[in-house]
Amino acid sequence: MRRDIFQAIADPTRRAIITIIALQAMTPNAIADNFKTTRQSVSKHLRILTECELVKQEQQGREIYYSLQIEKMKEIDKWLNQFREIWEARFNQLDNVLLTMKKKKK
Amino acid sequence: MNNTLLFDFTVNKATKTVLINREFAAELSLVWDAFTKQEILDQWWAPKPWMSKTKFMNFEVGGRRFYAMVGPEGHERWSVQKYISISPKSNFKMLNAFADKDENPELPGSEWDLNFSEENGKTKVSISIYNESLARLEKMIEMGFKEGFTMTMNSLDDLLKTLSHQ
Repeated sequence: MRRDIFQAIADPTRRAIITIIALQAMTPNAIADNFKTTRQSVSKHLRILTECELVKQEQQGREIYYSLQIEKMKEIDKWLNQFREIWEARFNQLDNVLLTMKKKKK
Repeated sequence: MNNTLLFDFTVNKATKTVLINREFAAELSLVWDAFTKQEILDQWWAPKPWMSKTKFMNFEVGGRRFYAMVGPEGHERWSVQKYISISPKSNFKMLNAFADKDENPELPGSEWDLNFSEENGKTKVSISIYNESLARLEKMIEMGFKEGFTMTMNSLDDLLKTLSHQ
């Protein structure tokens, strides 16, 4: 199943994880220290984020470090912006239609 | 042209809701008609060079609008909207879903809530769109609006030039 990237960021814990690792790469244990939930639960969230390619893992010695894929996050914003632009275009057209309607009424 | 008219677009990822606010320099009854009459809707609903083609529209509770976005190459993407509630010149709610050409919807769709109000001769429209999955929005963009958009901006520029020369 293809993971839904927007489902991934819809979860508050996952959004918090993203914020935490945005500053620096961290091990799962260090990430879990920031949460009251179990380590298993944090691991599950990390797995989902990895599957969505929002985070990447890197082996350093015996530890695995998780870091944020900034490019992927930018993609989300770019994508939302396109949606915004569609509405902008649509409404600019409506402005013109309304103008014509007003003129006809007079 | 409409620099003084409000336009807000926010996406609440947590509630999977898109919120759009826009003001129009026209009285409420005109704006209401523009959103609820098929012959007017088809004039603006699709960003150019796409065209909106409504096959039928019964604007009443339980009624439906079946329409296509037609691409510059003639490619058709069908959608169906079903009206859930209507308070004339104030609010209507609908379900929107992509569909095949035989009117079969691809569920789940999105839930739309549209509010209309007038103040000082301007009409404000507030739209909230709830999506079970925001990935659904992605599909809209994949449909080809991306390519179309640059062209829209260009044609708008042309239009503005024409207007200012008059």
